Amino acid sequence: MVKLTVNGVERTFDGDEDMPLLWYLRDELGLTGTKFGCGVAACGACTVHLDGTAVRACQTPLSATAGTAVTTIEGLSPDGNHPLQAAWRDLNVAQCGYCQTGQIMQAASLLRETPNPSDADIDNAMSGNLCRCGTYPRIRAAIKQAAKGARL
Amino acid sequence: MNRPVDPMPLANVSRRALLQGLAAGSLVIAVGLPMPAEAQENKFGADGMPNGWRDDPRLFVAIAPDGAVTVTCHRQEMGQGVRTSVAMVVADELEADLARVRVVQADADEARYGNQDTDGSRSLRHFFRPLRRAGAGARVMLEQAAAASWGVPAAEVRAENHLVRHVPSGRTIAFGELAAAAAALPVPARETLRLKDPKTFRYIGRDTIGLVDNRDITTGRAVYGIDARAEGMLYAVVARPPVFGGKVRSVDDSEALKVPGVIRTVRIDPPPIPSEFQPLGGVAVVARNTWAAMKGREALKIEWDDGPHAGYSSDAYRAELEAGARRPAKVVRTQGDIDEAMPKAARRVEAEYYIPHLAQSPLEPPAALVQIRGGKCEAWACVQAPQATRTRLAERLKIPEADVTVHVTLLGGGFGRKSKPDFVLEAGLVSQAMDGAPVKVTWTREDDLHHGYYHTVSVERLEAGLDAAGKPVAWLHRSAAPTIGSIFAEDPKQELPFELGMGLVNTPFAIPNLRIENPEAQAHVRIGWFRSVSNVPHAFAIQSFVAELAHAAGRDPKDYLLELIGPARILSPTDIGDAWNHGEDPQLYPIDTGRLRRVVEAAADGIGWGRTMPKGSGLGIAGHYSFVSYVAVAAEVQVDGPRLIIPRVDIAIDCGPHVNPDRIRSQMEGAVIMGAGLATSAEITFKDGRAQQNNFDTYELTRIDSAPRDIRVHLVGAGDYGQPLGGVGEPGVPPVAPALANALFAATGKRIRTLPIRDQFVA
Repeated sequence: MVKLTVNGVERTFDGDEDMPLLWYLRDELGLTGTKFGCGVAACGACTVHLDGTAVRACQTPLSATAGTAVTTIEGLSPDGNHPLQAAWRDLNVAQCGYCQTGQIMQAASLLRETPNPSDADIDNAMSGNLCRCGTYPRIRAAIKQAAKGARL
Repeated sequence: MNRPVDPMPLANVSRRALLQGLAAGSLVIAVGLPMPAEAQENKFGADGMPNGWRDDPRLFVAIAPDGAVTVTCHRQEMGQGVRTSVAMVVADELEADLARVRVVQADADEARYGNQDTDGSRSLRHFFRPLRRAGAGARVMLEQAAAASWGVPAAEVRAENHLVRHVPSGRTIAFGELAAAAAALPVPARETLRLKDPKTFRYIGRDTIGLVDNRDITTGRAVYGIDARAEGMLYAVVARPPVFGGKVRSVDDSEALKVPGVIRTVRIDPPPIPSEFQPLGGVAVVARNTWAAMKGREALKIEWDDGPHAGYSSDAYRAELEAGARRPAKVVRTQGDIDEAMPKAARRVEAEYYIPHLAQSPLEPPAALVQIRGGKCEAWACVQAPQATRTRLAERLKIPEADVTVHVTLLGGGFGRKSKPDFVLEAGLVSQAMDGAPVKVTWTREDDLHHGYYHTVSVERLEAGLDAAGKPVAWLHRSAAPTIGSIFAEDPKQELPFELGMGLVNTPFAIPNLRIENPEAQAHVRIGWFRSVSNVPHAFAIQSFVAELAHAAGRDPKDYLLELIGPARILSPTDIGDAWNHGEDPQLYPIDTGRLRRVVEAAADGIGWGRTMPKGSGLGIAGHYSFVSYVAVAAEVQVDGPRLIIPRVDIAIDCGPHVNPDRIRSQMEGAVIMGAGLATSAEITFKDGRAQQNNFDTYELTRIDSAPRDIRVHLVGAGDYGQPLGGVGEPGVPPVAPALANALFAATGKRIRTLPIRDQFVA
């Protein structure tokens, strides 16, 4: 039995505790904003926050989530207007959009620790998140724009 | 150079009936393979596609009493921005306020909407005009309804920004109030429609339109195929033969069935050969969640019969292709006499290039949900070809097509992979075996890389004879690559016209003696479309070779490329060996070498061609015509020990008039990054018939820290809506790899003839 909170809601899971958090979120809770891309922590599409820190949900067994607070893209901001979400829309970052929830969650974790990231900071924090469409220049620009917005 | 565009011909019933008849009998047409000669006459553009086009406003526009406008998008969204662009086009002609326009995705129904195959970079090329007419037709109906309600001549009213104004009196009525009356009016005849003067466009051509799916994408609410859900849904993964053409010899599922959550296993028959879009066969594990299905699959004990392709290994196959490319082969274009000219040349240069298999690997792997209730099949799927999906589901499940509904979700990337609906058929077969229960089949990344429809693998051999001034007087190109035709026909060995026409036979160079040959090549895996398709190997080889010739001649590569392109002139594609021309009319879409020159010059100017580069840095350039657009790439690379850094890339495109410039820019940015990935690190290799790469740890794609840092997009030739539209989604990719290889040569003196580059430049 695992007790955790997901986007502020208390949850109890009674099943295979080896199951990655990813499939619990997607299949059991219907929170499909967290994406499956590789299953081996090589693409970042499944990035969520565990007690505020970005983790790969595909490599986080439910046993490791006991007593933690999980935040998914659906819970990042109450109105969907986190400065990163707004910057992503303002710069039309997305192409297919599939990786972008993971990108935003990773970037949110970066900005929490490094409010004004350098290019090197962005490279370090974001290089685990693949985008097959190639939106990296706009991801970089959106992070910088959101960082400025956060400062104001 | 303004070339008048003929008005789109009126729908021709007999022609359309002919197309539909052909399409029903043969998928060959649906996938762009050559049509029978009798059907080919004067069929170009959307007319040449199965089920053609429609421009009926009732199909694409709906207006609610509150004024909300719904636009139906019948082309699939996979990142190219088509849902936004379609809304822009319709809203503009309709005089709707784009903020009050909502987009719904059409189900698979080509009889209703016209062709829905989203491939070939042609959504706007084929449907810009029909969609403009749909919007304009609805606008006229609203204007007529307003005029009738006021009892004034229709000529006195004008729609503007979601209302209709009576010009003399200034009275207005909102669209919503007119909707019911307008809907009751006859649809205006096509030839009576007055399209807007492009100078009055409010959305078309504007650079600042937000994507219609932006909010859903950024909040996680956007629904892709893998996200589809239904009450009581079951989850399945499939164990497929590790070698193409293999089958299950025996299976023991007793351990799999012990995994908590696993319900049962389902056998899927191996496909016939050619396998087309049919599943590969194997054993599906059905479970209560995806994780249990995956654990159950791991516990299967399957003995495979590997079949006829168990000996397929990339190293040996490369040698086979090279041997073929070193012998005379089938001539696919010839002009002048190279046998006469080559021996007389002052100097001869030859080179062989190798471009490996690639996997499209959209970040959303193939996934689909299917349920069958009361004899009716319903699918939710991320497919580029909805109609083929529907037809094949109906055939395979033996359900009348009228009872098969395919809802198209967003696609988490497509790049050609999702033109093939094998994964939807898997979900259909498993659902049928589960008494019609809703079943979602999910492919893992390993499944995607091991069981793909791979980009072909090529050996491109080029030989040139140069005169004393270093100018080529003879040119021989042999292109050896297994054909996409191999999934549609049993064991064809030659490239098809659409592959040859992707930058091979239609080389627009001013060379007097030229011969192009196509050696035989047998396919041992499923070969499929990959973004830009055969343009990728052809452009890499030709544009690398041009730089090699420039070097041999002691000339600047950009000047040399421009000289080979020659003076600005109009070439008919048919005159240079290409009867296909990406399916477009050679009259409307000739090859304009002036446009090719201009993009080369724009890319060179952009990057500051000719500037002095520090040691270890270099510039390279390449230009290519594909999907009836012209693209050139100028790249700067810098070598730092074992690291290849790409500080800057300038990409210039001339695709005719711009509908959505922001999405043209984003497609070029993405093309540069995908092109850089296939140039530097991506490769699928085979050993004993098995793909050797398992996941993104070994199939290496470009990441943010290795992506070109500064990408500048130059839109050339904008604004003339008298020119026909060119493609945008694919033409950016082909010139990227050769530009990078040429830049690397300038930086290091190391010539790359095998992709990917990896660390070949390290001394």
